[in-house]
Amino acid sequence: MTAATLTPALSPARRLGPAAGLRHTFTLAWRSLVQIKHNPMELLDLSIQPVMFVLLFTYVFGTAIAGSSGEYLTFMLPGIMVQNALFATMTTGFGLNNDLTKGVFDRLRALPIARWAPLAGRILADTVKQAWSIALLLGVGAVLGFRVGNGVLGVVGAFALLLAFTLAASWISVLVGVLVSEPDKVQIFGFMVIFPLTFTSNIFVPTDRMPGWLQNWVEVNPVTVVADALRGLLVGGPVAGPVLQTLLWGFGIAVIFAPLAVRGLKRRV
Amino acid sequence: MDYAIRAEGLVRRFGATTALAGVDLAVPTGSVFGLLGPNGAGKTTAVRVLATLLRPDEGHATVGGFDVVRDAHRVRQLIGLTGQYASVDETLTGAENLLLIGRLLGLSRVDAKQRARQLLTDFQLSDAADRAAKTYSGGMRRRLDLAASLVGRPQVLFLDEPTTGLDPRSRNDLWDIVRTLVADGVTVLLTTQYLEEADQLAGEIAVVDHGRVIAQGTPEELKAKTGGQTLTVRPTDATNLGAVVAIAGEVSGATPEVAQNAVTVAVNDPSVLPAVVSRLDAAGIPVAELALRGASLDEVFLSLTGHRAEDAPADTDLERTSA
Repeated sequence: MTAATLTPALSPARRLGPAAGLRHTFTLAWRSLVQIKHNPMELLDLSIQPVMFVLLFTYVFGTAIAGSSGEYLTFMLPGIMVQNALFATMTTGFGLNNDLTKGVFDRLRALPIARWAPLAGRILADTVKQAWSIALLLGVGAVLGFRVGNGVLGVVGAFALLLAFTLAASWISVLVGVLVSEPDKVQIFGFMVIFPLTFTSNIFVPTDRMPGWLQNWVEVNPVTVVADALRGLLVGGPVAGPVLQTLLWGFGIAVIFAPLAVRGLKRRV
Repeated sequence: MDYAIRAEGLVRRFGATTALAGVDLAVPTGSVFGLLGPNGAGKTTAVRVLATLLRPDEGHATVGGFDVVRDAHRVRQLIGLTGQYASVDETLTGAENLLLIGRLLGLSRVDAKQRARQLLTDFQLSDAADRAAKTYSGGMRRRLDLAASLVGRPQVLFLDEPTTGLDPRSRNDLWDIVRTLVADGVTVLLTTQYLEEADQLAGEIAVVDHGRVIAQGTPEELKAKTGGQTLTVRPTDATNLGAVVAIAGEVSGATPEVAQNAVTVAVNDPSVLPAVVSRLDAAGIPVAELALRGASLDEVFLSLTGHRAEDAPADTDLERTSA
């Protein structure tokens, strides 16, 4: 038998061009984002928690920690952006695991689309959600009295740096998503790791107020590094050092976790 | 003959379990081919290999003349896949799911929307087009799954247990759809645990057990293999079952089965019926039911495998969870 006898009208292409892969990625990102239309709760989840954290920390702890709520907001907002971004990376692993366990991933894999498009589409959609959260936090901060020290350039830089870092960190989420048996376990992992990781940084409390043994950890904690970089960009202070360290951390995380995640995904499917 | 699907010596292992132990298949273009077997027999693994989702450890297969490993991208352009593991997105509406697939297949937005609308109409889902798929009933959901696999007008369609868990009416609806597709020239590979389903739809059936094809042929050929006919005797008094088993076994030369106070035995020779009647009469055993009929595929399966199709082995679903 030849292909011609079976497919008189159609001669299937042997492989895809990269442009087609990008198109598939955008289509699949649309699929992740259009879900928000049907499940507005997801957008609320994305929005309420960070706003609540900002309000609670500013007014409950602000005076106690920094002397005034305004001063504390300036200190804490860049840090809470990092914390929120890390929590939000769990969306990627959650959604991926959901696709794997529900069978959506297999449906997509049986289509003649780029092999990397389902994952890339999801990450792209989650990056859009990240951008929304960052913008929201900056907006709420501005209303409460957060003053940007470095103008538009600082804001754009902070935005770009945080997005780049979360893009790297989301590989950890992807790895968790391909390893665990059900979506809820991704959330559990998120809480068990990200909560202690972010609270043992300098995002809520300055390092020198903590016990000595903890200070050593806080100083090397990547969350501290990223928070310092955002403070530098948004408020003022040293920029080059923390930004460079943030990029190195992001690079290191991506180099370790992206191959592990891709290998895990290939094994799983 | 022109074959849409060919497989030679397919082997696939999951750890210590061998899901496919050397499967050969040849599915003529334009036909419906049934893979029949209990849970864990290897049907799903076979479909996953043919649909490019899983690489075989040994052997090779072609779909539409293209190798499923080396030319997977081409194979994917020819096939549609419907199975419980290849799902639509529950959070999207029916229309959005079909639109998504149309766009991924390279249709323009307008064409993809039009194709989605047409399929929704064909499958009587128009009223539910803008509802999330998770609100669909089992039958609607299965129709949407099938519609999703037809967006690209596949030449070869894999239906993996398309009606498992459906009520009889939805099952009949789905069967009608499959018949329509076949009339349009689509080649269908169907897996099922339902013997009736294979009998209804498939022109040729391969019976699969423990990763091997243990018998193949038309439904009629398979039925003929087990003697063609089944004799059922139900004594009025269940205490006579033992005596009936002895008589039926002796006369037919086969091993009778007892289920629900009735004795069934495969028979080849039409003279068995009068012989059994006279022996029962001589023994003074009153009979509530006595019937001779063509063997069902269920009985075919029993005689081929030594166990009933319903007796799922302990490793049920293993091929799915470890895949």
